Amino acid sequence: MVFNIYDFTGLTEWIHEGLSRSLSPGLTLVVEWALIGAGLLTLVALLGLVLIYLERKVSAVIQQRMGPMRVGPWGMTQTVADVLKLLLKEPLMTRNADKFLFNLAPFIVMTASFLALGALPFALGLHIMDLNIGILYITAITSLGVIGILLGGWASNNKFSLIGAIRSGAQIISYELSVSLAILSIVVLTGSLQISEIINTQQNGWWLFKGHIPALIAFVIFLIAGIAELNRGPFDLPEAESELTAGFHTEYSGFKFAFFFLAEFINMFILAGVGAILFLGGWLPLHFGIDNSFNHVMDFIPPIFWFFGKIFALILLMMWFKWTFPRLRIDQLLKLEWKYLLPLNLLNILLMAFIAMQGWYF
Amino acid sequence: MKAIIHYFKTIFAALKTLVKGMAITGHYFIHPKEIITQQYPENRDTLKMFERFRGEVVLLHNENNEHRCTGCSACEIACPNGTIEIITKRVETPEGRKVKQIDRFVYHLSMCTMCNLCILACPTDAIVMSNDFEHAVFDRSQLTKILNKPGSKLMEGVRH
Repeated sequence: MVFNIYDFTGLTEWIHEGLSRSLSPGLTLVVEWALIGAGLLTLVALLGLVLIYLERKVSAVIQQRMGPMRVGPWGMTQTVADVLKLLLKEPLMTRNADKFLFNLAPFIVMTASFLALGALPFALGLHIMDLNIGILYITAITSLGVIGILLGGWASNNKFSLIGAIRSGAQIISYELSVSLAILSIVVLTGSLQISEIINTQQNGWWLFKGHIPALIAFVIFLIAGIAELNRGPFDLPEAESELTAGFHTEYSGFKFAFFFLAEFINMFILAGVGAILFLGGWLPLHFGIDNSFNHVMDFIPPIFWFFGKIFALILLMMWFKWTFPRLRIDQLLKLEWKYLLPLNLLNILLMAFIAMQGWYF
Repeated sequence: MKAIIHYFKTIFAALKTLVKGMAITGHYFIHPKEIITQQYPENRDTLKMFERFRGEVVLLHNENNEHRCTGCSACEIACPNGTIEIITKRVETPEGRKVKQIDRFVYHLSMCTMCNLCILACPTDAIVMSNDFEHAVFDRSQLTKILNKPGSKLMEGVRH
């Protein structure tokens, strides 16, 4: 049996061998890239549909509304209708907009999201590229998206767009620090930046539980700073619909707007994925102790479900944040980062280094 | 030292309030039964409006086709928009006395802002706000209504 839901290594090898038998090595690589690209596109399209529907429903229930109910049963096909509408819309542009940059910006944002998706391990053997600096690569690539946002805001020739873009820049520069330091405090424990290695170190328990209080603090800081980096939740100043109409994507319409919108949700998925890898053991099942019946029951659930389950749990948490907390002012935002998160994070990483040095983690 | 204690105190106070807020929204999230939104056209048969909802002005009639309006025009005077027109007539009673009665109680729904002043002004509690809100019609002349039913008369004993 080639297809095994617990281990995708066999499947990928089977595809590789099958292709190599009839094609030259170079052509095999091209076909494999095409397959991976198609797979990622499908994943992104499905995620977009599911996450947007989920967001609307979650926000509705939290605000005691019902959300979309008319299109399909329980409004399930509402997102499909929205996508069709966006596809049919006219791509407008402001008169003195920088045409090239204006059109380039959404693609930069989208490309950054896609590049980061490549480094996520979806299950055992279902990992597009296992770089030896995987986690560093993800942090580097995800911060590329802000260039697209800055360009879009600048090229739109609109004051709201520009203010939104500048805010986004300030926000990313500030919060990137906290995210990186929170990631670093787990890397202190794992001793490796390779994602498969990070997951392997959690075979006997997730870092969130094994790393004691510093890991918990790092997790909270990672979530807060990560959400800020996504320009979402209580930190959605770059969009701030009540003050900047729509911030950096005010002038975008049609599918270019959809790109920005989709990229936001994909970035949310990536952040939840990184959080799951670092703190919740990636695709590993939940284990307590060694070799008991509870562990065997948990092992029965395939890793891909574990990974997506953890991601969706984190995404739900992020939605919960977004629809509970009011938006911060820009000075509050910077104060939170520079006066609270960063010093706490530095202290935390010292504590974590001490724990790792003494070997106090399990 | 004091500043450091204050620093950590603010962090914990902030976390506490954040958790409190999340508890409220979390409660709503796991109790979808508390949703306020109604699916209107579907639940038309079971729809129950609130008592305080102001749909339109109606003149109450009892089973003998009697109302409590004496034609005093207090509502007409109270109305800020000229929505109500009371047209009265002189009627001779069997005793030979001439009394004032309403001929037509004209109510222009298209001009009404549901301000409730007429109901407050009415000395005999003849008019009330009903809960009916489906007022859409194809011609605006249909929005001018005559509230007293044909052949109705003043209830015994009601006087201004």
